[in-house]
Amino acid sequence: MGRMRNLLIPGVDKTLLVRDAVKTMPDLTRRRFISGGASLGALTLLTGCDVTDSFSAEEMLKQVSKFNDGVQALIFNPNAMAPTFSEKDITKPFPFNAYYDLEDAPTVDGKTWKLEVRGLVENKKSWTLEELYQLPQVKQITRHICVEGWSAIGSWTGTPLRDFLKLVGADTRAKYVWFQCADKDGYNSPLDMATALHAQTQMTFKFGDEILPRAYGFPMKIRVPTKLGFKNPKYVISMEVTNDYKGGFWEDQGYNSFSGS
Amino acid sequence: MSALTVSDEHTASSKAKVIQPAWVRALHWTNAFAMVLMIMSGWQIYNASPLFDFRFSSSITLGGWLGGALLWHFAAMWLLMVNGLIYLTVGLATGRFRKKLLPITPEGVISDTKAALTGKLSHDDLTKYNYVQKLLYAGIIVVGILIVLSGLAIWKPVQLQYLTALFGGYDAARYVHFFCMAAIVAFMVVHVALALLVPKSLRAMIIGR
Repeated sequence: MGRMRNLLIPGVDKTLLVRDAVKTMPDLTRRRFISGGASLGALTLLTGCDVTDSFSAEEMLKQVSKFNDGVQALIFNPNAMAPTFSEKDITKPFPFNAYYDLEDAPTVDGKTWKLEVRGLVENKKSWTLEELYQLPQVKQITRHICVEGWSAIGSWTGTPLRDFLKLVGADTRAKYVWFQCADKDGYNSPLDMATALHAQTQMTFKFGDEILPRAYGFPMKIRVPTKLGFKNPKYVISMEVTNDYKGGFWEDQGYNSFSGS
Repeated sequence: MSALTVSDEHTASSKAKVIQPAWVRALHWTNAFAMVLMIMSGWQIYNASPLFDFRFSSSITLGGWLGGALLWHFAAMWLLMVNGLIYLTVGLATGRFRKKLLPITPEGVISDTKAALTGKLSHDDLTKYNYVQKLLYAGIIVVGILIVLSGLAIWKPVQLQYLTALFGGYDAARYVHFFCMAAIVAFMVVHVALALLVPKSLRAMIIGR
């Protein structure tokens, strides 16, 4: 609070100063700052602090979220399996969920699509869908939990990601597997290596015994039953094994990056 | 000899004047602050996927959108949990809970409720809780424990799956979490109203006497 006060020039309207500062921010930051600022009005009432304090409040919240990433990585038990369910428990219809309408969902041509494999792997070859379908698959019925709070039980079939990582000679000491997707605006999301190597983390090709429909991420989705839904990327086009934190579509907007369940 | 007795009594009465010790006051207001943050951000999180046919007005929520509210919720939870654990530990270790909140008898609760409703309940000695207070304070501690546990069950339904199962599964735990919030809000309304009706109880929670 004191730090911010010192930065203010006497005679300069604080509100205008903030508005000018906001203009210099990149688009996404600006959107977030403004939405955050509005809500911080409520806190202003409680603490009597100036609205410019939202700079430091936002920074504090980011730091705590990073701390929470660490805590969650610490309590993540690689041997703890997400509960599995039976066929009769499957939610029907299983909800379509994205930041766009179903009609705007990507239409991927399975014949020309290739999964690009990059980064710290021995074999950087791209994989066709036909090649991927040759890999051994397992089926699992688990609960999908959305960051919004709702949940739904679905049946996903595919190849355990850890088997594929072994196959391509990935350096599993690396920190992340980073996925890029075909969604509009370019969806992407990082997955910590411990979770990528979890037995239930899957490259999914089927939903409910049918080829993965467009609504659920054709041709390939990464199903991670130990994470919230937004950490389960759909329409995946590439994966990169990396030590760099490359951010993610929702993670960059403030959702906790680890978001383990 | 008689002078000595008088001064002894004097010391005793000034000692007895401390109604709320400093540790209770510090933990109480920290808890109040953390609870308000948790409830206001919790309402915003609820709005993303309401359990019932209503949403909370954005004028009373914290965080601006789901992502902001989650950041607040998962930051304030540390304050709430650490503060709550200290409160439970000290309350049990010093015997305060036992001395202040027990016993709770149905007869006592009924007669004190009647007295309260007819305006005959005495507030002369604030160091002693009446039976209605005992019941509500003990009850809200239990609800406080439940809301933290059901919150953990929602947050970690895989890592803490046995806890989640104890609440009847993920979806049921969300309802438990919601109803605990509702109970706490109802408690707060009554609690604040009564503190304002008996201002010396509010003063005791601020300056101790």
